[in-house]
Amino acid sequence: MRKLTVVLFLAFWPFYLLGQEVSVPDGFQAIDKPNDNGQGVILIWKKMSFETDDVTYTPMVAESANGEFYRMDEVPAILNFKSDLPAVFGYDKENADWHAIEVQGFSKMVDGKNQNVFFEPNHTYFFKIAVRLGKNGGDIVSTGEVSTTPVGNLFARQKTNNFLIFIFLLITILTFIHIAKRNSNLFIRKIAGLDAIDDALGRATEMGRSVLFVHGLKSVYEVSTIAAINILGRIAKRVAEFDSQLKVANWDPVIQQVSQETVKESYIEAGRPDAYKEENVYFASSEQFSYAAAIEGLMMREKPAANFYFGYFYAESLLLSETGNAAGSIQIAGTDAFTQIPFFITTCDYTLIGEELYAASAYLSREPKLLGSLKGQDMGKLVLIIILILGTLFTTFGWQGLARMFTSL
Amino acid sequence: MNFWKKTLPLTIAFCSGWLGIMLDYIPHQASDATMNATTKGLTVVVAIVAFLGIYSLLQMHYVKIKRQNSSWGYSVMIWIGFLFMFIFGVYNSGQWFWNAQVEGATAIDWLYRFIFTPCQATMFSILAFFIASAAYRTFRAKSIEAGILLVCAVIVMFGMVPISGVVWEGFPDAAQWLLDYPNMAVKRAIYFGVALGGISTSLRIIFGIERSYMGGGE
Repeated sequence: MRKLTVVLFLAFWPFYLLGQEVSVPDGFQAIDKPNDNGQGVILIWKKMSFETDDVTYTPMVAESANGEFYRMDEVPAILNFKSDLPAVFGYDKENADWHAIEVQGFSKMVDGKNQNVFFEPNHTYFFKIAVRLGKNGGDIVSTGEVSTTPVGNLFARQKTNNFLIFIFLLITILTFIHIAKRNSNLFIRKIAGLDAIDDALGRATEMGRSVLFVHGLKSVYEVSTIAAINILGRIAKRVAEFDSQLKVANWDPVIQQVSQETVKESYIEAGRPDAYKEENVYFASSEQFSYAAAIEGLMMREKPAANFYFGYFYAESLLLSETGNAAGSIQIAGTDAFTQIPFFITTCDYTLIGEELYAASAYLSREPKLLGSLKGQDMGKLVLIIILILGTLFTTFGWQGLARMFTSL
Repeated sequence: MNFWKKTLPLTIAFCSGWLGIMLDYIPHQASDATMNATTKGLTVVVAIVAFLGIYSLLQMHYVKIKRQNSSWGYSVMIWIGFLFMFIFGVYNSGQWFWNAQVEGATAIDWLYRFIFTPCQATMFSILAFFIASAAYRTFRAKSIEAGILLVCAVIVMFGMVPISGVVWEGFPDAAQWLLDYPNMAVKRAIYFGVALGGISTSLRIIFGIERSYMGGGE
């Protein structure tokens, strides 16, 4: 009897395995993706014991209860788990036992052409799932269908920690601006590069040479460019007061228009509208190296007494600053482009690193309200340092729950 | 006058600033639609302003040629380059500019591939020589800090080339350690500062405290 059992087991073992391979996954569900625009659906199903590299799942979707099912992209069985989507499912250990994929639409043939269809909010969709072993294996499709109705949400809950930090910084900065209105003697550490601006402009005046200002290569709606334009306003006012000449080479026509207005207003503010020359704030080129070539040519021909580089830079940073160095100009740079900071430090007389670019305008103005905002910023930095220390301690001692409070999802 | 020059721009900055912040936290489809509409509006503005940019460039070089300023020959080259690209762009291989751009071996494609691109590549290649001269100045070990920088730079540069592992197998690991730990710590510190500075600058503009982009005044 025992021998017969062994023989039967050995004979039917492959069929047992085959039987496992062809089963439909358990617990197949479709849920509305939370915290989205109403176009996301998440499909979940249990991880099965037969899953190998050769097993794939193919979700299928229908637009109505009795409608045609369309195949979606095939997903390998060894990938896509709930644990890959902590923003939706958190950090439960069981998440590694469940598959989860996010889908936002499907493809279908319309008039002989393949058309992408995105899920519409508040419309119910029906789903099935097919499993397949190997490229040439047949599909085993789930018999029952599941449905869900995606809806749009009004708040991205996964950004709650980010939102709270923003509110904290908002309150802190506004509080310090309010304090600064009453007490104008706030201490702000000296920034040598900004203190040197007046010296550079004075040198330009004495030598009778121009001053060159470069914005970097970001668009006008980037904060670094806006910070650069703020600094340009301050420098233009000083240049007008010193009766020197300012040249601004722009890579973007929008930035050029904004810069023209900023410089013009600064000249008016300084009481020297007659000294403003529109052609000195000009468009050079919208191509990176053409722009660099145009500015390098200007540097070598006119030899400006001072060059200011403020904004976000790419590979042109060294081309510009090394040429300026060869031309004998005083150079002051400020950038938040981490990769370009070493090049500026190497070639410029003074370099503002990272946040100093954003502080420059406030520092130059010495207006109490603006300096107050810098104090608020420093307070925010102190809080971030405390959070970093706490996060390091929590992680070191294995208190992952607390550490994850500060995780972005 | 004060309304047009101060109040209206500040109101627009305040409203659009808060709108941008809110859209980031509201994932609803209406939020997406608003963002898309804003982006399209920006694209239209950029397209219109592009004409002003070209006008500014050509006008400046026209004045230089007219006055025969120093190096006015370069200005002539700007005009020739512009006219060539413009004429062949408008001609569009006989299809003219109101049809879609003709693809393949067209005149404008030739100008772009065999004149413009090599010029760009030449400018980029100059960077190699500039890096060498800048590195020479930086690596003169005049102080302890410069000495540390020199040693770190040599380890990182040498550790990145395959032969370093043959000389001593620890070189690649040492180079990677320098990049992953001391370098990463500094990089993140800068990123934190940049993020806070960005928030602070944005708030100053949204609340109308920072006005230097309008000419600096109170």
